[in-house]
Amino acid sequence: MSHDLDYAEVGLKVGLEVHQQLLTEKKMFCQCPAGLYTDNHDGSILRHMRPTLSELGEYDGTALMEFKTRKNIIYLLHTSNVCTYEMDDTPPFLVNPQAIDIAIEQCLMLGCDIVDEVHIARKQYLDGSIPTGFQRTAIVGVNGRLPFRGRDLGITQVSVEEDSCREVSDRGHLIVWRTDRLGMPLIETVTDPDLRTPEEVEEAILLVGRVCRSTGHVRVGLGASRQDINVSVRGGRRVEIKGVPKAGWAPALVHGEAVRQVNLLALRDELHRRGLRLSSDLTIEHRDVTEILTGSFLEALSQTSWERYVDDGGRRSELERGSGAFCIRAIRLKGLAGTLGWPTQPDRTFADELRGRVRVIATLDQAPILLHSEDWPAGTEAELESLRESLGCTEEDGLVVVWGAEEDTLTAAEEIRLRYADAIDGIPHETRQPFEDGSTDFERILPGPDRMYPDTDSPPQRITRDRVDTLRAPLPEPPWSREERYSDAGVPTPVIHFLIRRGGARLVDLVVKECGADLSRACFFFGERVKGLRRAGVPVDDVPDEGWCDLFHLFGRYPATWHAWQDLTDWLAANPTADLQSEAELAGFGHPPENWQDTVADLVGDTTTTDDDKRPGHQRYVMGLAMDELRGRVPASDVESRILDLVTAQLESEPG
Amino acid sequence: MAESGHDKLRGYRGRARARLEELGVKVWSDVRLVNSAGSVFEGVILPRSGTFDDLHIVLKLKNGYNVGIHVDRVDSVEEVGYKEAVYKIPEKEFPSRPDLPKVTLLGTGGTIASRLDYRTGAVIPAFTPGELYGAVPELADICNLTTKKIFGVFSENMAWPEYKILAENIGREINAGADGIVVGHGTDTMGHTAAVLSFMVQNSPVPIVLVGSQRSSDRPSSDAALNLIHAVRTAAWADTAEVQICMFGPTSDSYALLHRGTRCRKMHSSYRSTFRTVGDIPLCIVEDDDFKYLTNDYLRRDPEREVMVDTAHDDRVTILYYYPGMKPDLVDALVEKGYRGIVIAGTGLGHVNSPLYPALERAISSGVHIVMTVQTLWGFAQMYVYDTGRDLLDIGVVPLDNMLPETALMKLGWVLGHTDDHSEVLAMMRKPINREITEREPHNGYLILQGGLPETDEFISSHWK
Repeated sequence: MSHDLDYAEVGLKVGLEVHQQLLTEKKMFCQCPAGLYTDNHDGSILRHMRPTLSELGEYDGTALMEFKTRKNIIYLLHTSNVCTYEMDDTPPFLVNPQAIDIAIEQCLMLGCDIVDEVHIARKQYLDGSIPTGFQRTAIVGVNGRLPFRGRDLGITQVSVEEDSCREVSDRGHLIVWRTDRLGMPLIETVTDPDLRTPEEVEEAILLVGRVCRSTGHVRVGLGASRQDINVSVRGGRRVEIKGVPKAGWAPALVHGEAVRQVNLLALRDELHRRGLRLSSDLTIEHRDVTEILTGSFLEALSQTSWERYVDDGGRRSELERGSGAFCIRAIRLKGLAGTLGWPTQPDRTFADELRGRVRVIATLDQAPILLHSEDWPAGTEAELESLRESLGCTEEDGLVVVWGAEEDTLTAAEEIRLRYADAIDGIPHETRQPFEDGSTDFERILPGPDRMYPDTDSPPQRITRDRVDTLRAPLPEPPWSREERYSDAGVPTPVIHFLIRRGGARLVDLVVKECGADLSRACFFFGERVKGLRRAGVPVDDVPDEGWCDLFHLFGRYPATWHAWQDLTDWLAANPTADLQSEAELAGFGHPPENWQDTVADLVGDTTTTDDDKRPGHQRYVMGLAMDELRGRVPASDVESRILDLVTAQLESEPG
Repeated sequence: MAESGHDKLRGYRGRARARLEELGVKVWSDVRLVNSAGSVFEGVILPRSGTFDDLHIVLKLKNGYNVGIHVDRVDSVEEVGYKEAVYKIPEKEFPSRPDLPKVTLLGTGGTIASRLDYRTGAVIPAFTPGELYGAVPELADICNLTTKKIFGVFSENMAWPEYKILAENIGREINAGADGIVVGHGTDTMGHTAAVLSFMVQNSPVPIVLVGSQRSSDRPSSDAALNLIHAVRTAAWADTAEVQICMFGPTSDSYALLHRGTRCRKMHSSYRSTFRTVGDIPLCIVEDDDFKYLTNDYLRRDPEREVMVDTAHDDRVTILYYYPGMKPDLVDALVEKGYRGIVIAGTGLGHVNSPLYPALERAISSGVHIVMTVQTLWGFAQMYVYDTGRDLLDIGVVPLDNMLPETALMKLGWVLGHTDDHSEVLAMMRKPINREITEREPHNGYLILQGGLPETDEFISSHWK
């Protein structure tokens, strides 16, 4: 099984859901401050999520799974950033109009058609990430497009929604969430599934990010934008890699998922070849083998090791414990030999797929989560043999062992059966958690459209065309047209992207328009020099627009002052509201001192060397001394030619 | 909830209705709609709330979202199908176990359990034992359940005629051998109903438990299922044979409290832990597998005891919530309109301003019964302390000690169904039936923790809220 793929041949299809927090003062459905994070808490509540009956009267896939986990959910609260709305003890207040305005603005940047009436829906999440059990979300725009690699990348829809909690820990039957982020407005931009290679995916994430950030009305920094990547190959199914924090992670994740799907499709074919075509064809039996393994050489399988693990030095809550006594359960997989070690994503096997389900759904999380016959710890083969014997395994069977609280081991056995049933079908619809190394692990079953229903607590919001037009008028130029303009002026792409991402492009265009500044010089100034000063801790972000205009007016009027950019910018940052023009005039900037030519002559003196090799170094040295005195007053080119004149004159007068 | 009427354009009026008629599509049409910007919307046309404007058509898109499209921006609509929502809930037979007690659940209209129609967002109540079993299977391990829907009204529409019917039904079910009664009720006026039932149904041999939910049962975080489980367990197994309210103790999913029907009040408009016993402590903590009784002072379960149902009442009673500057003509107007009993919720120890005295005197001399409670909710009306109070006593306003204003209103209406004799009315009002007046207020009865104080914050940071 190769890890090299011809993406076109396997029919790779990728779409994005890019989440971007909006820069609002308050949260979306209450008056709590947005963006105020805390690392401690002053209260907590305990809740559970109960699946509601779906249309067919049966719990849907996700709901069923989450209910099986029987999770205790703790929400950590801090009075500074949550109120009773986040606790689900107060209904929502009217939706924050600032959030809707920014969302509309974002939709317009993405070329979307704005819907006429926004309806808030509830999207169910039973993992506890939102205390209500659902996320309030609404479509604002549809049918957008972005120029991308010489074609259009379609934007299916843009919705505005409330952000979820941050996970603090998830162990056993207890998951803990911090609520500070909960309820902050964000937009989710959904692209058409038109991306064809891992590299395109990274590029598209960056493009959407640049478009969003170009208005300056979205949040930046850690966690402010996250993306879900939807991947499928031909014959496979959409799998969602959720919450990818950096675009740079995308290529490896997409590649890994494509490889995984290709391998899982091959496994499906293999299972079919073995006559396993329906889940009812599977024979999966299990039994309690605790007694057989009493005194096992396997450290993980001893009750003391497990007790130690669940107690963790008294640090772990009773809420994490499952019910029932310690139990080791062996599961016989009839006719499934060779499937446990079947490759999936790079460096993973099908046993890891089982591990993901057992960890999340059965909440058995003591490493290595399960042991199996195709990777049995060396030196303890006799124990495997006795297990095989007790379950009546033949050479053609596989065997898995799980351990923990008895009820959880039963859930685990059932989950293993269900995962094999999915394998017969091909690729399960699931959400996977990404890791930096490009691997992913099972997070939950992917919910379908059946989990959406209207939010009866929130009236629909009418969006008039007037409101849309008012928001459209001051929109910045789209990044791609700006990129083209800057690029034509010779500005390097990384600088352009930095300027668009961090808002410097607005200042560049401002000084070009207001002060007649040279475009490439302005880009260089804001994209390189100001960036450097910011890094060095100079408070350049305190300088108002007028300050930058004053500075560029000065550069325009007295070209000599350009060389004094650092002194002038330092001064401007330290005195953001002072009058730069008059200060600069007072300090003599832009006006050559009357005797500057003599000053240069004194510095050159008669030290000129006749050694041709040493002379250029010497001239640079003199130039440095001269500029220290004349920077910002005399143009560097004038100083340089004066030095050259003096040196030439001296050389000519020397006896040759 | 059945399809109401046969209006094919339900909820649409004015321009939207005209446009839909013109386009030849109706509610539940599965359509492909193109707007003037060329955007394509595929989904089902939903009914529209009659309170919304007449400018938009609501579509449920295939991805589950709803959007409203302005009638002027609709370019074309093609009907590709028709998907009417089917309002029904599947039933599973409630298992019968001879070893378990028999509980009757009486429905008054609040939804205790429900199923959601994802396509429309309609909440369909689950009520029959089979439906409830589908939604809350845990109930089958507690009891044998019978259900009876008495009415379908919001709790704010419950009133005297409903109280009477409810009390009679409770009596019938008890006499028919129920081991416990659960009343599903909206929370807004649950306190009123619990109070009036305490008077109308006395000497019950079994628990009578009112329950509802603060978060609707269509959401995963709902308190409905846990409340129902707690209430049914109380009805089936608890020893408190009184009219009581069973609702969340803390806002966390943890335990429930049993509150005496005459002393309980809804204290927050939306919290799960909204019900509190006022001026006393609750009867019992209901945990997952245990009842922790907090007092010995309650009527024990006793199958031999005969229930007494007495639903006589007079609805010409009201509460006058006193405020500074209240004008006497308000009292005169009540008398003129034929009110027979007035509960004053007075300030402090039970006071109103002196300009009201003549009007109160006129009212009493014309045979209206006037009683005094306190709007502080906690504490006693002690009208002998200040001159104001003494003056009111002289006029004939009767203090009801620490009876809650709403309980007093319910009791006055019930008493006036029995007698109009002033001294009898007053004697009955002052003689407690089930601790609506208590002799002693324990020092842990009044506890409103003040947030922000270090000791309070320490407490709330170390306990489930």
